[in-house]
Amino acid sequence: MRVNLTVNGRPQQADDVWEGESLLYVLRERLGLPGSKNACEQGECGSCTVRLDGVLVCSCLVAAGQAEGREVVTVEGLADHAGQRAGGTESRTGGTDPRTGEGTELSPIQQAFIDAGAVQCGFCTPGLLVAADEMLERNPDPTDEDIREALSGNLCRCTGYEKIMDAVRLAAARQSEGS
Amino acid sequence: MDFLRPAGWEEALAAKAEHPTAVPIAGGTDVMVEINFDHRRPAYLLDLNRIPELHEWETGGDHVRLGASVPYTKIMENLRAELPGLALASHTVASPQIRNRGGVGGNLGTASPAGDAHPALLAAGAEVEAESVRGTRLIPIDEFYTGVKRNALQPDELIRAVRIRKADGPQQFSKVGTRNAMVIAVCAFGLALHPGTRTVRTGIGSAAPTPVRAGAAEEFLNAALEEGGFWDSGRGITPSVVRRFAELCAAACDPIDDVRGTAGYRRHAVGVMARRTLTWTWESYRDASKGGA
Ligand SMILES: Cc1cc2nc3c(=O)[nH]c(=O)nc-3n(C[C@H](O)[C@H](O)[C@H](O)COP(=O)(O)OP(=O)(O)OC[C@H]3O[C@@H](n4cnc5c(N)ncnc54)[C@H](O)[C@@H]3O)c2cc1C
Ligand code: FES
Ligand code: FES
Repeated sequence: MRVNLTVNGRPQQADDVWEGESLLYVLRERLGLPGSKNACEQGECGSCTVRLDGVLVCSCLVAAGQAEGREVVTVEGLADHAGQRAGGTESRTGGTDPRTGEGTELSPIQQAFIDAGAVQCGFCTPGLLVAADEMLERNPDPTDEDIREALSGNLCRCTGYEKIMDAVRLAAARQSEGS
Repeated sequence: MDFLRPAGWEEALAAKAEHPTAVPIAGGTDVMVEINFDHRRPAYLLDLNRIPELHEWETGGDHVRLGASVPYTKIMENLRAELPGLALASHTVASPQIRNRGGVGGNLGTASPAGDAHPALLAAGAEVEAESVRGTRLIPIDEFYTGVKRNALQPDELIRAVRIRKADGPQQFSKVGTRNAMVIAVCAFGLALHPGTRTVRTGIGSAAPTPVRAGAAEEFLNAALEEGGFWDSGRGITPSVVRRFAELCAAACDPIDDVRGTAGYRRHAVGVMARRTLTWTWESYRDASKGGA
């Protein structure tokens, strides 16, 4: 079947989609967006986390056909998404690769992950970034408890989570300074 | 495989009547795991995401009519006052990503003994609104679970909503697992005080082939509370009554040994949760009746 959806602000069309296929598979294998990772395919790890019509979901558990006509934001579009939220009106993809996001200025949460050293192997990072960004959108001034709760669906096998906590606190602090 | 995408409820019922083997998919948090792992290869998937009324709830009257696909997140955010037990249970489900998609209709569809909504629904009192092109029927929650992962739905029926009695007293939900996030219950316990009818109801999860109420325990406690005049006096419940209640709850279990825990541990844990949830809810009831007097 054919699936039409908007990904990171751009209309996309995927053809020959198998009816039992996941949104994650469509993103990675049919639309060339490998940022969302595939680790468990059973909702346990969160590495496939995306926004579906704004809602934080595991893309491995959304059937491709359920995404028909919907808006998806993946880690590749996160910088743009966060930029628009911060009041940037013009799209920042000019001069950059609109598919991979390459060349785009990083979102505050992405920059904070780098600055805090919250990335080791990086496999969990895209999912964590999308989840952390969604929390900062809802809750600009989170407690540690709020952060733990918001990231409880994302597993990291490398960092022990402390640097990730640091990164989210840093992004929240910078976001509130900036506003 | 065919992907059926009805745009409305009537259309969904017609599709289910035409293809009774079609597997409904709501949040997909159970269905997609099975498909991803090739445990299930249905001829038809019936997408319920596009049916607005399944995502809505109504709170008029003495019950909440909860649309089958209302996700757990919405229950936690919006129905804590009306459905405190279910809101607590919802909060223990998996992770934010899963709670944003999964809902009670899917929990009932799967009818796993470990489903967290079940003890809360049993304790609160609920009816499942099942509908087909033939009409609507209300299935009392006690009759809904018919076996391990089996329920009372007919092949052409879909769950439209669950009608859950609004709380008229304190409710609690307790779950034993190995950590906080993302645990399937080793066992779970729901308890609701119903001061209006002077009854206590319970629900036990993961400790029998189906979710069950502890019927004998409820009868014993209801009689003891009545005889002792506890509802009126608002006194603390006699420890021996609490102990006997907990024993009867443990005895209502018919658990198995599995990787998550032994039968003996489950029975013990249910007794502990029964004692605690009764103590907590009774304390709240006393505080409320003192405050109100
Ligand atoms: C990582 C992970 C952790 C989990 N942790 C928990 C947990 O802690 N506690 C818990 O209880 N569950 C847990 N689950 C299981 C699952 O999230 C729940 O059972 C959830 O309630 C399912 O809802 P859904 O909308 O996603 O169902 P779906 O997967 O869409 O459907 C589940 C079943 O119900 C049927 N169905 C759905 N809607 C209807 C309807 N309206 N009418 C008739 N049939 C219908 C489907 O055909 C299917 O058989 C977990 C799942 C995952 C992936
Ligand atoms: S791949 Fe989706 S949660 Fe692990
Ligand atoms: S950095 Fe390796 S899994 Fe998180």
